[in-house]
Amino acid sequence: MIWELIAGAAVVTFAIKAAGPVALTGRELPARLAGVIVLLAPALLAALVVTQVLADGDRLAVGAKTVGVAASGFVVWRTGSIVGCLVVAAAVTAGLRAL
Amino acid sequence: MSGPPAGTAADETPGARLRAGALAGIPFGIASFALATSFGVVAHDAGISGVAATVMSAIVFAGASQFATIAIIVSGGSLGAAIVTTALVNSRFLPMGVAFAPAFTGGRLKRALQGQAIVDASWGLAARGDGTFDRWLLFGSTAVQYGTWVAGTAAGAFGGSLLGDTDRFGFDAIYPAFFLALLIGELRHGRALGVAALGAAIALVLVPFAPVGLPVLLASLAALVGLHWRRDA
Repeated sequence: MIWELIAGAAVVTFAIKAAGPVALTGRELPARLAGVIVLLAPALLAALVVTQVLADGDRLAVGAKTVGVAASGFVVWRTGSIVGCLVVAAAVTAGLRAL
Repeated sequence: MSGPPAGTAADETPGARLRAGALAGIPFGIASFALATSFGVVAHDAGISGVAATVMSAIVFAGASQFATIAIIVSGGSLGAAIVTTALVNSRFLPMGVAFAPAFTGGRLKRALQGQAIVDASWGLAARGDGTFDRWLLFGSTAVQYGTWVAGTAAGAFGGSLLGDTDRFGFDAIYPAFFLALLIGELRHGRALGVAALGAAIALVLVPFAPVGLPVLLASLAALVGLHWRRDA
């Protein structure tokens, strides 16, 4: 069954990633769609952040990662450094887990 | 390298943008390797051969969905349930692909293949902040993560976890930290704050009830709501 699963998962993922680029072939999007897309980034990014730092599977949960990512947000807000922010996120999270 | 590399000048050559993308992708490549070794170990413990786990990473290449499908199989779920779970967890790539579409070129097959390079961190890196995207940054960043994802899976599946429990390095905090950094950049536009808050609220409210993956997909509806705010403003 594992090979059927791998093949099925590959086909489904390929189709999902291909759908947008294949369906929208123009260089310019319709104005209304373009307006939505500018706002898609904050919506999706915020959802990715909260589901990764405030949830564990289907439970809401806070932990070391919550604190590490919050600290990294402060760093990027104050310094604008993406690399600094990633280092702080991993270091604070690892440090808290080591306690 | 401070500030998002998405600021790379559009007039630089594709080769230069590809290299900039690869360089910016290195932290995610490292995180990806650590997560992939965990995946390889989890797959091994679930009774999946090293070859199968490595092939899965090479042709599915979508980390969260791979963990989720293995979890479904281990808990006795059906093949259909596992594939539906893959679709749900990866459903966020649909709006991401729609947003990225104008940046791709060529016929349908070529566009479909270029779309395969869309993964979360690269999508964020390639965003210019005005709704447009740089495909060469995407390709460069994804190439690094693809290599480390497949290599990490093989290392974990065949060699066990060389690093022990990779959670102790805190690498799993790198992705959400990056998304938060991009989000903070986005919030300089006024309307984005409301959309981000609504997107986060939608996702959190759905987490306890909806299957994994659906909360992030449905959070994209916040963008549609935000469009109406603009018209009313």
